[in-house]
Amino acid sequence: MQKKRYVLKFPPQSGDQPFSYHLVKDFDIRINILRAEVWPGKTGSLVLELEGTSDNLKQGIAYLKENQVSCEPLNKKITWNEKRCISCGNCTAVCFAGALQMDPVNWELQFDSEKCIVCELCVPACPLNLFKIDFRE
Amino acid sequence: MSIQKTYEEINEKIRRGEAVVLTAEEVSQMALTASPEEIAEKVDVVTTATFGAMCSSGAIVNFGHANPPIRMEKIRLNGVPAYEGLAAVDTYIGATACDPENPKYGGAHVIQDLIEGKDIELEAWGKGTDCYPRKHIKTIINKETVNEMILFNPRNAYQNYNVAVNSTAQMKYTYMGNLLPHMRNATYSTSGELSPLLNDPEMKTIGIGTRIFLGGTQGFVVWPGTQFNTSKPKNEHGVPVSNSATLAVIGNLKEMSSEFLQAAYYEKYGVSLFVGIGIPIPVLNADIAKCVSIRNEQIETTVCDYGVPGTPALGRVNYAQLRSGEIEVQGKKIRTAPVSSLSKARKIADLLKKLIQSGEFEITKPIQMFPTNTSLKSLKEQPPLTPPKEGN
Ligand code: SF4
Ligand code: SF4
Repeated sequence: MQKKRYVLKFPPQSGDQPFSYHLVKDFDIRINILRAEVWPGKTGSLVLELEGTSDNLKQGIAYLKENQVSCEPLNKKITWNEKRCISCGNCTAVCFAGALQMDPVNWELQFDSEKCIVCELCVPACPLNLFKIDFRE
Repeated sequence: MSIQKTYEEINEKIRRGEAVVLTAEEVSQMALTASPEEIAEKVDVVTTATFGAMCSSGAIVNFGHANPPIRMEKIRLNGVPAYEGLAAVDTYIGATACDPENPKYGGAHVIQDLIEGKDIELEAWGKGTDCYPRKHIKTIINKETVNEMILFNPRNAYQNYNVAVNSTAQMKYTYMGNLLPHMRNATYSTSGELSPLLNDPEMKTIGIGTRIFLGGTQGFVVWPGTQFNTSKPKNEHGVPVSNSATLAVIGNLKEMSSEFLQAAYYEKYGVSLFVGIGIPIPVLNADIAKCVSIRNEQIETTVCDYGVPGTPALGRVNYAQLRSGEIEVQGKKIRTAPVSSLSKARKIADLLKKLIQSGEFEITKPIQMFPTNTSLKSLKEQPPLTPPKEGN
């Protein structure tokens, strides 16, 4: 059995298809949804932890790709140059995963990398360019 | 019976180290239990502050003369165009200026690099004249090599500002941040009850000549800012409910610090400059005490749709709601985010408070008050003065 994290990105037209049902039923894969950002009629993204035999995982991922769902292992993370941060809040406007939030008392930016789904929206949102995508495992 | 202090009396107390100074947030708390009269009696100065992106900013720089001298008629600083129409070796580098080939590095970045003492490449061209024979120069300048560096911002410290949302189906990239489609976020920019002109809405103490904290040093208010508008509607607490008055400010850039002046680049919008401004408000009487006691829930602003041309108004919210993280606009709950730094603004208000308490910063009586009846004109498209010639 293997357990790995993946980022799934859905094309706009795929919102209604029961992908998770097929992963569970056809490929015997256990799913743990870490983050979901799916809006009808819009590209959505999902961060999943998939658990199954290595063969089943391969087949399940192939099935997703056949259906235009991109499925990449979550091996990137976002790094934040905290030292230069001015806590302007611009990045919190786009972070729906709740990883970037203003502390309601001191109004300084808090980054909780555990909640980050690596949607990358904060990268262009920071006017000081303080977020980088780190591709190391 | 009712208290009336003069600027000089307050300065006397500042010099003796006896002035009672509070930040605008502290005085708003105090006002929950104290009357304006009591506040006027106890408090001498209230410090206000803001740290936000202010596009209408820039710096005057004098390079000094080279040998042989050049009359600079085209100027680039690290590739960023600077104004060439100011005598031979004076320039004005606007915060938002940039080379379209390199849009992420602009005038604001040049200004920040100058403050930080970094070397900047200066390249300039002239046609060559009898008194300025040189036609080209390419050299290195920095904070130490230039004669003057003066920050001069024609429009800063907006009195209130709109909340931005985007009703369209596409992301909008604006100076109010990245606005998600279908009003999925709302951004706001002032420091609310800490914001300078919201604490003195009629500008009874702020005018031409007011000494302020600017970018880490002492600066001055020199004029009403551009687009100064006193005719915006006000709410029952006397606060205009959208962007209205502004300040033109000046200060010695050589003394400033990038802790309080930060270059910024907004995706698909351009370059801007975060400017830190702190303004002390003398509590001369109960009337002013009442103004500085204003609280976030009493300051309202207008929600505007930045997805639609003309940014139509969609509703009104107050800063307590904005700070709570969620507002309701036309029955829809929208997540909010600030785009100016309250933590930095608080730092400035605290710093200014300490400077005044220690006698290093005195208050000034304005030399002249601002106009009270201004409104805004918009740019109309007129037919050209001379009709274009036919045939070309
Ligand atoms: S947008 Fe950048 S500078 Fe502003 S709070 Fe976020 S990380 Fe800090
Ligand atoms: S990539 Fe940035 S915006 Fe996206 S979830 Fe992570 S921190 Fe939030």
